[in-house]
Amino acid sequence: MKFVDEFRDRAIAERIIKKIEGFDSFKANLMEVCGTHTMVIFKQGLKGMLPEDVNLLSGPGCPVCVTSQEDIDKAIDLAKDKNVIITTFGDMLRVPGTNSSLEKEKGNGADVRVIYSPREGLRIARENPGKKVVFLAIGFETTSPLIAASLLDARKEKIENFFIFSTHKLIPPAMEALLKSREVNIDGFICPGHVSVTIGSNAYRFIAEKYNVPCVIAGFEPLDVLQSIFMLLKLIREKKAKVEIEYFRAVRPEGNRIAQELVSEVFEVSGVRWRGLGTIPKSGLRLKREFSDFDAEKEFRPKTEKSKGNLDCACGEVLRGVKRPTQCKLYRRICTPEEPYGPCMVSSEGTCAAYYKYG
Amino acid sequence: MCLAIPAKVLKIENNLAQVDMVGVKRQADIRMISNLKVGEYVLIHAGFAIEKIGEKEAEETLQLLREMA
Amino acid sequence: MQLITNMVEKFEGNAKKILLAHGSGGKLTHLLIKSFVKKFRNLPLAKLDDSAVLRFKGKLAFTTDSYVVDPIYFPGGDIGKLAVNGTINDLAMVGAKPLYLSASAIIEEGFPLVELERIVNSMNRAARAAGVEIVAGDTKVVEKGGVDKIFINTSGIGLVDSGVDISSKNAQIGDRIILSGTIGDHGIAILSAREKFDFQTKVKSDSQPLNGIVSEILRVSKRIHTLRDPTRGGLATILNEIAEQSGVGIEIEEEKIPVKQEVKGVCEMLGFDPLYIANEGKLVAFVPEKDSAKILNVMKKNRYGRDAQIIGSVVARHKGRVVVKTSVGGERVVDMLTGEQLPRIC
Repeated sequence: MKFVDEFRDRAIAERIIKKIEGFDSFKANLMEVCGTHTMVIFKQGLKGMLPEDVNLLSGPGCPVCVTSQEDIDKAIDLAKDKNVIITTFGDMLRVPGTNSSLEKEKGNGADVRVIYSPREGLRIARENPGKKVVFLAIGFETTSPLIAASLLDARKEKIENFFIFSTHKLIPPAMEALLKSREVNIDGFICPGHVSVTIGSNAYRFIAEKYNVPCVIAGFEPLDVLQSIFMLLKLIREKKAKVEIEYFRAVRPEGNRIAQELVSEVFEVSGVRWRGLGTIPKSGLRLKREFSDFDAEKEFRPKTEKSKGNLDCACGEVLRGVKRPTQCKLYRRICTPEEPYGPCMVSSEGTCAAYYKYG
Repeated sequence: MCLAIPAKVLKIENNLAQVDMVGVKRQADIRMISNLKVGEYVLIHAGFAIEKIGEKEAEETLQLLREMA
Repeated sequence: MQLITNMVEKFEGNAKKILLAHGSGGKLTHLLIKSFVKKFRNLPLAKLDDSAVLRFKGKLAFTTDSYVVDPIYFPGGDIGKLAVNGTINDLAMVGAKPLYLSASAIIEEGFPLVELERIVNSMNRAARAAGVEIVAGDTKVVEKGGVDKIFINTSGIGLVDSGVDISSKNAQIGDRIILSGTIGDHGIAILSAREKFDFQTKVKSDSQPLNGIVSEILRVSKRIHTLRDPTRGGLATILNEIAEQSGVGIEIEEEKIPVKQEVKGVCEMLGFDPLYIANEGKLVAFVPEKDSAKILNVMKKNRYGRDAQIIGSVVARHKGRVVVKTSVGGERVVDMLTGEQLPRIC
């Protein structure tokens, strides 16, 4: 596969590893903040290839995992409405809410459909004029432009039965929150390649300048990740707090302007609640007033459940890089992919799921 | 969630393109890409093209990697 | 089938569909059975007794499986072909020569007769291609919604030569693991036939009978330890089962596993792993290292084994677990399938 196979070359991988080993031994905590990076690292077995003092931490990069319990419960409540068709990306289906899950509601007769693109959500709305279609809009900056585009289309076509439940979040504010909390020493960030396609490398400059932490924007093939780790270690070694782009075949300093404009036309930034990180100012997207007709929350006023608060679920700490899944009391013993307690185990990009499947 | 794969553009019609990912054909919304031409490669995420993949830049990256010695 | 359509038209005028009356045991049922008998054409079936009486000498292998695949037609086959090949393959996996099959169908009221005919034809072709006879059968008709179009169960009997002991418990340290061809074809073909995923691909289901290739490799080696066909759950699940049942570790190399480019493309696109996708015409063989080269050769000469490859070996380390060496040189554990992936693919 073009642009894929070449970036999986074993010989080149070995050479990058050699260069990494060539650095004088020093401890470095590198955090990646993208669920897809977590998966590549585990699926390709990259951790085992790196020297021991390079510590790879997984951060809050899985959009389902960082969705708050209240938002999950609201999504489940929306599904209970007999007049509603829920359209969602696959990951949300099995995430446990306080008392139920979308999958359970589906089993009880709710119309919940897994789709690949918000365009399909619009199609379902067109084809079912008697029902109301709600799209569960989760995801970071890679995905929000697509949702914005779909809403603009819905407006143009005067589709009135399409709604979104927005839990969109922004990555750089979360990175800042982690640094401010000082819970974990982060020496460098492996930045998400496709989020950065949208927002550009300039979006991370404040991390380097204000907090003195270098950032490298990495692609998703194993060689991309290994090379980015090498670049990050080099910056740390040379005490250069800069932002560099490894993934320059797709990422530009200014990002994708068209995508950014689509988002700012439809959404505005607001403080939102993250699982494990609390409320972070200016870290989420909500619909602008002019688009509030599409707001599922306004239309349906979904309820949350009284929290039972499973105190032993360490999802929050795992998301902040404070604990590894293996340090969670429930991991593997009670919390498994078949019977998950928290979203980190059930999401296809969850850190706990990665450890369980590939560790 | 950030799953996006390189696809070759086969046909363009207004804001939609027919793209090919090693024999798998799909339709993608290309409104976020300026000056797209048939034969170029784009990253497809959830039915939308989010950016072009620069072939020149891809080659450069590979060259850099190969020169790692 | 012409017989039945004619008769039905005479009585009902409009009935080109299966009616509840077809299952009630009366005239219409009789007509349905007669048409199957005409199609499947063998002595035991033609007797139309309540049971087929067959003669055997030796070790018998016996298996059963039900097929509820949705959609019932897909690139490369249909539910009928799947039902016949699937049971033939289950017999072949214990080293048995498949001889006789039974076929029973539960049909939804309103199912078009011409589609039933199409499926029956498909079963007939598959059985003949594998040299197997369908000697017993049953049909039931249920109200609309009772089943989804048609469900088929096939059971099969085969003979196992003395001295042949092939089992998932028999894998031994040092064994080489041979995969007979590309993985992921069937699952992806099914996925592409379900329009909701909206992509076009030329991938076809690999549903095919493996009894021929198995008898050929049995001829060149008496030391085949394990044979399994990786259906639901994919290669990863089957390897895990074998590792656990034999109490051994398994190591495979990602680079050596044959996957069609198109299957890779769909998997990358949807975030699937080919290791977990169902196959309907492939097998893994666990054989002693000494015999592996000649067995591989024999496989490759068979039309259903052209892409065969040695993909790994059995080791003493990490007993009960499967480890893969990734394309870039790292290592990771391959677990069993947990929950998700595709519903109703076989």
